[in-house]
Amino acid sequence: MTTTPMRRLDALQAIYAELEQCVVVTIMGAVAAELQSIGHRPNFFYLQHAMGLASSLGLGIALARPELPVIVLDGDGSVLMNLGGLTTLARYRPRNLIHVVFDNESLLSVGGFPTATATGSDIAAMADGAGIRRTSTVRTIDTFRSAFTEARTANDLTCIVAKVDAVGPAAFVTDLALLENRYQFQRHLRELRQAPTSN
Amino acid sequence: MPVSVTSSRLLFDALKGVGVRLFSALPETWLVHLVRFAEDDGDTTLVRLAKEEEGVGISAGAHLAGVKSAMLMQNHGFLASVNGIVSCAQLYRIPLLMLISDRGSFGERDPWQTEGGGVTVHVLDALRIPFDRIDSPSHVAHKVAKAHTLAYSGSRPVALLLDRDLMWEES
Repeated sequence: MTTTPMRRLDALQAIYAELEQCVVVTIMGAVAAELQSIGHRPNFFYLQHAMGLASSLGLGIALARPELPVIVLDGDGSVLMNLGGLTTLARYRPRNLIHVVFDNESLLSVGGFPTATATGSDIAAMADGAGIRRTSTVRTIDTFRSAFTEARTANDLTCIVAKVDAVGPAAFVTDLALLENRYQFQRHLRELRQAPTSN
Repeated sequence: MPVSVTSSRLLFDALKGVGVRLFSALPETWLVHLVRFAEDDGDTTLVRLAKEEEGVGISAGAHLAGVKSAMLMQNHGFLASVNGIVSCAQLYRIPLLMLISDRGSFGERDPWQTEGGGVTVHVLDALRIPFDRIDSPSHVAHKVAKAHTLAYSGSRPVALLLDRDLMWEES
C-alpha cells in the first residue's frame, strides 16, 4: 500500500472553517466520526449507512436548493458502490456541489481490506470519464486546501479525490443519534430558507 | 405503443397536485409518457438515473431540503433499490413515494418480466412497506393522495403498484 503524507483528519481540519459555511453530507464510518471529533454543526448530515448514496443525497439537496453550497465528503469504498451516480452528477451538473472523495485505498472500518483503488482504479479519471469537467487528485494538505478553495469559487460541479492515509479514529459510534442529526439538519435547512442572509 | 396516455396524465396531475416537484426515473415502457410529462412540465424537475437506488438518495436529499419527490420505476428498479430503501429511507424516516409499474402479472408477454413480477409484493411485505394497487383511472387521484398522506404522516416509504389494467390499453 502506498504511503501518503496526508491524514484525512488533517484534511478535514484544513477546510473546516469553509465547511461551517456550507451544507455538508458525509458517508458513514471514519469520515463522520472524524468530522464530529472536530465539531458537529447543524449543517452537517452523516449518512450512517446506504453506502454509495451520499453523493445522490447531496445531488438531491443541490437540485432542490440551488442557492445552497453543498459539500459531499465521500470515500473510495462508497463511490465504488455507486459509480453510476457519477454519470448522474455529471448529467445534471449542479453548480453548487463539490464532491470530495477521501481515497485511502481500503475499507478501513471493516478491517482495512484493499479497494480497487489500491490496484490502480482511478476515481478522478472515472469522474472525468463520467463527464464531470472539473476533477483532480491531490496528495498533500496544501494542494487539497487550494483545490477546495478554488472549487468554492468556481461555481461548477467539482470532484476532488484526496489520497489519504488508511488511518482512522478509535471508534466510529458517536453520541449523536442518527435521527437527532436528521431532524436537526432538516430544520436547519428550513431555517436557512426563511432567513437566507442570516448564515 | 398502447401505453395509456390518459392514465399517465392522471398520475402526473395527481402527483403534481399533492406537491411533488422532483421526479427520479429510470424509464421503462409503461412509464414513457409519465416520464415525459415530468420532463416537459415547467414546474417539475426530472432526474434520469443510471440505477434506481440513486433515486432513494436523491429523494432523501430533496426531502431534507424541503422539496417533495416521487420515484418512478418498474419492479426490477424497486428490487435494485432495496438496500437504499432500508438503510437510507427507513433508517432515517424519509417519506418516499414510489410508483412501481407492476410488470410480470397476468397478461405479461415478456418472459424476462415474470420473475420480478412474482416477488414484488412479497418483498414489499417483508420490508413492511404499505402499498396499494391502482387498476382503474378513476382511482388514481385519491389513491395517490392517500399514499402521499401516509408517506408524510408516517415518515416512511410507501408504494403504489401501477397495474396493467391502468397502464396498458390493448385493443
